[in-house]
Amino acid sequence: MMRLEQRFSGLKARGFWPRDPRAIGQTYGALIALIVLILFNFVFTRQFNSVISVMDLLVHVTPTLILGVGMTLVIATGGIDISVGSIMGLTGILTYLIFSGKLFGIHNIVLGTIVAIPIALAVATLIGAFNGLLVTRFKVQPIVATLITLITVRGIAEVTVNGFQFAFLSAPLVSWLSGNIFGFLPRQVVLIVVIVAFFAWLMRVTAFSRYLLSVGGNSAAARLAGVPVSRVLIIVYGLSGLLAGLAGLAYIAFDSAANPVTDGVGKELDAIAAVAVGGTPLTGGRATILGTAIGAIFIQLIRQTVVSLNIPDDIASVIIGLLIILAVFVQRQRKTA
Amino acid sequence: MPKVSSKLVTTTSAEAAATPETRGKQLRASLPRIGDFLRQQGALITLIIVITFSFIRYDNFDAITINSVLSFNAQFGLIALGMTFVIMTGGIDLSVGGIAALSSVVAALNSSHGFFYALACAVLVGVGVGVVNGFVVAQMRVPAFVATLATQYVVRGVALRLINDAASINLDQKSDFTTVGATTFGNGWLNPPIPFPIILLLVAFLLGIFVLRYTRFGRYVLAIGGNGEASQLMGLPVKRTTFLVYVLSGTLAGLAGVLLAINLNGGSATEGKGWELIAIAAVVVGGTLLSGGVGSVFGTLVGSLLLSMIVEMLQLENNYTVDHGGGLYLNSFWQDVIRGIFLLIVVLLQSRLQWRRARE
Repeated sequence: MMRLEQRFSGLKARGFWPRDPRAIGQTYGALIALIVLILFNFVFTRQFNSVISVMDLLVHVTPTLILGVGMTLVIATGGIDISVGSIMGLTGILTYLIFSGKLFGIHNIVLGTIVAIPIALAVATLIGAFNGLLVTRFKVQPIVATLITLITVRGIAEVTVNGFQFAFLSAPLVSWLSGNIFGFLPRQVVLIVVIVAFFAWLMRVTAFSRYLLSVGGNSAAARLAGVPVSRVLIIVYGLSGLLAGLAGLAYIAFDSAANPVTDGVGKELDAIAAVAVGGTPLTGGRATILGTAIGAIFIQLIRQTVVSLNIPDDIASVIIGLLIILAVFVQRQRKTA
Repeated sequence: MPKVSSKLVTTTSAEAAATPETRGKQLRASLPRIGDFLRQQGALITLIIVITFSFIRYDNFDAITINSVLSFNAQFGLIALGMTFVIMTGGIDLSVGGIAALSSVVAALNSSHGFFYALACAVLVGVGVGVVNGFVVAQMRVPAFVATLATQYVVRGVALRLINDAASINLDQKSDFTTVGATTFGNGWLNPPIPFPIILLLVAFLLGIFVLRYTRFGRYVLAIGGNGEASQLMGLPVKRTTFLVYVLSGTLAGLAGVLLAINLNGGSATEGKGWELIAIAAVVVGGTLLSGGVGSVFGTLVGSLLLSMIVEMLQLENNYTVDHGGGLYLNSFWQDVIRGIFLLIVVLLQSRLQWRRARE
């Protein structure tokens, strides 16, 4: 009994267990809402109770969820990154250009894909780090800095291929990322589980997360306390770029096509919505990766529920908009109360 | 301290007749003012240079071209004006593109009742969405970013529903919508006469400058953006002002929707995507800080015109290449690259100037 209590206090100290029972509602509000929604679906949506539809849901939510993880980190530092949708688009088209042999002349498609992925991800990371550089070195406000990147990167993606889109149904990238493990587990789902687990671990355990949150809480105080604020910010924006690149890969693998004009447009807003619904305050200083994951799944599940109930898609977006306001409003109420 | 002492020296020496030495001092004292002017009106100077350059280089760049550029870009200008006020309070309005789309649809649906009826309906819709935004931000205290993002989803959904998921709807061709929309002013004594959207844009900006400079509301907007908590403690009506700012932005977005309907000859539920970004870019180029508290309505007008001129110049340059042979031909996809790089240069210059000012 004693040992059990000790264990609990240990868990509490490390943040695995809520210190205050009332905080459960606050921390897990989005989760509770998600469970309610799932139960609702089991009762009212006939096709829902199968593993396939759950997997389908997770595959659909993959890009938004991956972007949301990066966005959570950026928002926790008190910033915002609206360039992620454009980075998705550029990564997609760049990957296609390399593995199809149009850019470096690699005509073996498997080899091309192996070369393309790290290069595309490196470019995405560099663009993210450039955002970080604008924010730290040149003191540009995050929304302005990433707005510049949003416009320019989208332009570069369009210009490289003159706005053409390309379909590639049988490319290795598609079969690698959209295939299943054990016959039922899509690799995209494995990818998001790994990413969420890694970043949840990062935010729970490492000193880097302390730095990150202290920058978001009070940047000046963090600087005085010896936190390398600039370096932390550049790393965070770089990570957001990297994750946007991964989201871009997941998106073109799912779509088996790369479109520089439309891929990822407006995705940054979906990601921000997921972060907000997940319970990370937009003012910075706090972050919950799991919350963002739940928020993203919640929004996607609403969309699918509404569609499966034969309500038109336009009404779905009205409902989603209202629920986002409601979710954030409820969380704010709890905090002030 | 040094400033005060130098002033003393100049006043006393002015009484005792100006020696060459003091005249030099006076000259030097007046110099920073020119520097300040260059810094503050950098965007205006660039705009004048760009227009002069275009007049010299392009044969077909004349008043008619300027008219068409302005009347096409008036919709962005109106949205940028509303955005300026919102940003000056430290907020943001991401729903403007959605509002414009919705109000263009409403205008098209009501166009059979005549222009002014349709205009009134469309603007009322904008006011309505603005009221919702204002209520959610000011009263429910939901962060502006999330609130207006959410209303954008909502208004787009509503716009699509109104026209049964068709992407767009035509104006009633029998109504006077297009004819009134194409009304020009100054017929006879102005060549070419000025189209209605430009008049609307100029009147809106003149009112905007007046409101910011000479009304209590304008002072409150800047005070709240500068320090919301202090404004609250001083007893300023923070909630009411925040609310009104979003209503203003919604109203102007509604008007922009009417201009969109004129431009498209119909309503579109899918237009207006990314307009909020165009507006934010214009505000940034105009020198308004996104942290709030500092801003200029005139700057936004200049920023908006400058951005539209840059895009227009791409087109003019391409025509020039076609006409004169050789040179650079950049297709329309280069617009974003050029706009982005231009924005980057502006922002870097601004950050450099601010840094220098902070050091002084």
